[in-house]
Amino acid sequence: MRFVSLTIDGRQVEVAEGTTVLEAARKLGIEIPTLCYDNDLSIAGACRLCIVEVEGNNKNLPASCALPVAEGMVVHTNSPKVREARKIILELLLANHPLDCLTCEANGRCKLQQYCYEYGVKESRFSGERRHFAIDDNHPFIERDLEKCILCGKCVRVCQEVQGVGAIDYSGRGFDTKVATFMDRSLADSPCVSCGQCIYMCPVGALTAKPSKGKGRDFEVTKVVTTCGYCGVGCQLALNVKDDKIVGVTNVPDSHNQGYLCVKGRFGYEFVDDPERLTTPLIKENGKFREASWEEALDLVAQKFNEIRAKYGPDALAGVSSARVTNEENYLFQKFFRAVIGTNNVDHCARL
Amino acid sequence: MTNSIEDIEKADVILAAGTNTTEAHPVIATRIHKAITRHGAKLIVVDPRKTEIASKAHIWLRPYPGTNVAVFNGLLNVIIAEGLTDDEFISQRTENFEAVAEAVAPYTPEEVERISGIPAEDLIAAARLYGKAKRGIILYAMGVTQHSTGTDGVFAIANLAMATGNIGREGTGVSPLRGQNNVQGACDMGALPNFLPGYQKVSDPAVREKFAKAWGVPSLPDKDGLKLGEIMAAAYEGKVRALYVMGENLMLSEPYIAHAEACLKKLDFLVVQDLFLTETAQLADVVLPAVSFAEKDGTFTNTERRVCRVRRAVSPRGKAKPDWEIIVALAAKMGYEMNYDGPASIMEEISRLTPSYGGITYDRLEKQGLQWPCPDRDHPGTKRLHAERFSRGRGLFTPVTYKKPAELPDEQYPFYLVTGRILYHYHTGTMSRRVKGLNAIAPCGLLEINPADASKLGIQDGEVVRVSSRRGSITPAVRITDRVAPGVVFISFHYREVAANALTNAVYDPIAGIPEFKVSAVKIEKL
Ligand code: SF4
Ligand code: SF4
Ligand code: SF4
Repeated sequence: MRFVSLTIDGRQVEVAEGTTVLEAARKLGIEIPTLCYDNDLSIAGACRLCIVEVEGNNKNLPASCALPVAEGMVVHTNSPKVREARKIILELLLANHPLDCLTCEANGRCKLQQYCYEYGVKESRFSGERRHFAIDDNHPFIERDLEKCILCGKCVRVCQEVQGVGAIDYSGRGFDTKVATFMDRSLADSPCVSCGQCIYMCPVGALTAKPSKGKGRDFEVTKVVTTCGYCGVGCQLALNVKDDKIVGVTNVPDSHNQGYLCVKGRFGYEFVDDPERLTTPLIKENGKFREASWEEALDLVAQKFNEIRAKYGPDALAGVSSARVTNEENYLFQKFFRAVIGTNNVDHCARL
Repeated sequence: MTNSIEDIEKADVILAAGTNTTEAHPVIATRIHKAITRHGAKLIVVDPRKTEIASKAHIWLRPYPGTNVAVFNGLLNVIIAEGLTDDEFISQRTENFEAVAEAVAPYTPEEVERISGIPAEDLIAAARLYGKAKRGIILYAMGVTQHSTGTDGVFAIANLAMATGNIGREGTGVSPLRGQNNVQGACDMGALPNFLPGYQKVSDPAVREKFAKAWGVPSLPDKDGLKLGEIMAAAYEGKVRALYVMGENLMLSEPYIAHAEACLKKLDFLVVQDLFLTETAQLADVVLPAVSFAEKDGTFTNTERRVCRVRRAVSPRGKAKPDWEIIVALAAKMGYEMNYDGPASIMEEISRLTPSYGGITYDRLEKQGLQWPCPDRDHPGTKRLHAERFSRGRGLFTPVTYKKPAELPDEQYPFYLVTGRILYHYHTGTMSRRVKGLNAIAPCGLLEINPADASKLGIQDGEVVRVSSRRGSITPAVRITDRVAPGVVFISFHYREVAANALTNAVYDPIAGIPEFKVSAVKIEKL
């Protein structure tokens, strides 16, 4: 591999040939704003917010996400010229964007909002006709408000390139361009598999996780990183918690699942607060359950286990552990059977 | 998995057998997709159903259900015949290859075509593709293991990987994909009748002594215990009298439900610990309320042996308690003190007694998971097993021969029934069926049937039919689709209203004790 050295904002950096200026800058800890870039997706060069100034190039400001490094290159990521150009880009986006920030689900995590703040863009110098699209809320998990869409294309790319589904694509031209399903049907009637990858990718509030709607914005929730309780991939995810309730799930990018989740991990948490949850021990009497205290229930179990062991020996008892409880719990369960009861009759549903 | 999930993207040939990855391990399926589209990997799928990955495959082998062993032996037969074996690997790293070469000799492509229905030329093409791979990875799941010959299937797969040297290197390996979130961990922790934690044998006196000492008891039982299927049978015979079930819904997950129910009803005393009053809990004498993964701390171990933290996000609901607290309290009632400050201190004990978890501590897991074996605190964890040597020294080739499934279609029960999972639900549905959106997308269990069979029976899409086996019957609606071949029907086991396991056969693999969920014979009647 050949290395190339260049200067970014006055600092020297050496990176592998073929690296983009954007990646080289990130290596130095210099954040260049982006809306359409993601390091696991193909380069779109669509938003142009990542433009930089390259010394010796007076013709234009190239997009750094698509600009390969070159030996001796001198780059400015935040010069007045660059900042002014970015401002214009933001204003153009804003000209066609509903300013719903007060009630928008993305408030606080929206990148458009964040950059407008950073670049002091309050209102647009450009005004004109705005796009009008109906909200698509037929899908059980995803609401689409395409008036907020800035056409960055990340949802299209993640659905195609990572998920391999291709439920959505660009349709129409120019001013009428939008992201749509085949035949412009509701997402609910598309091949969408509800992975929610697109929601997470969306830099604005165009795509919303419906079950989380109105339950707390990004800055109101506590994010608890944990492991998915469904399949054996064991994806890392962050449970978003507000007032002791799970209100949503967000990605954990630096993980063996690369932040990606499936429908179960992303949306399958409602059972935790299902009204049918058992909340107290139950003892069956005359064929019917009645509520009992822990004390009473555990006394009964201990007494019965002792009786049966005394009468028939320890091998008359058996335990079925679970592939859904933790390691620590499985460990204690087999320890209980071996050390306390005195039998190896312990197994679980590994095979099912 | 002998390797890591990331290896899937580094392979140039992926052989996926008996795994509906897209639905059962969706995020791993994204890796397969990327391997193909970004890195030009080739995909071979062995599956009787035309799953999403079968549709994406470069070569799709569609065997009759229950004929995997013949197919894998056939692949090896061709690989040997065409000189595609890795002879250096075989001679330096393995033993007993000759016995396997002899065992697979009868499995010529023509013979395999006769047994499995796979066209000889497809088998040859697949064997060449995998045999010539620089880095070949094999993924498999329940489609291989849930047979009365499941262990043979796993041996046959290991033979293929060793014969081609596709083990222990980047982009290679043998990868069983674990269905449930902590199956790997439950096995690692010794929730098995013949192993203490870390696969230390119950039958080894030194092992027993070590644990007895650590646990402060004079001795530990030395006889292997009963496997789940045997526990059920022993309950029926009155040998097992009390059963403690933690977080399993045997009434939907066990084969031949009517029999499972009869077994559980014979018990003198049944304790069930769960989140909900499941079908199994309804039969219990005492029900103990447990909490979900979101209400407790702990660890899960995933399919690539990665131990990851589970963190409490919300408080326990009602009076429900984490399973570990319940066990500690019950042990105390029986006169045995378990003194733990919490899951972290249980893990300290685990790592002291389990060499492969020796270096795993909560402070190290804070940032990210660790893959075992991780023998000490400075060990970074292990991405790939068998890199230098196999755990037993040399890799052992095990010759296996094809045996028919226990029950095959006949005149009375003319269809093969295959059971499995769908994307939107999980296991017996205890959790996922309580998620509104998931139920909206997948409200009921559908019987997949081929268009040709449907028209022969005069059945319309969506029509409710009666499906019966020798053991029971259910009445699902049908979905007419070419995902299943003529003569084969499929249903998932997530739905209690149409419980697939009312039909399945309670026969087990003799070594692993896995029920033959993937093959039973059924008939279909119009209602
Ligand atoms: S949820 Fe997943 S499948 Fe559906 S559109 Fe978004 S990325 Fe595509
Ligand atoms: S919906 Fe969001 S992710 Fe998709 S193109 Fe629009 S802004 Fe980008
Ligand atoms: S998010 Fe989906 S793929 Fe990941 S562990 Fe959970 S169920 Fe499995």
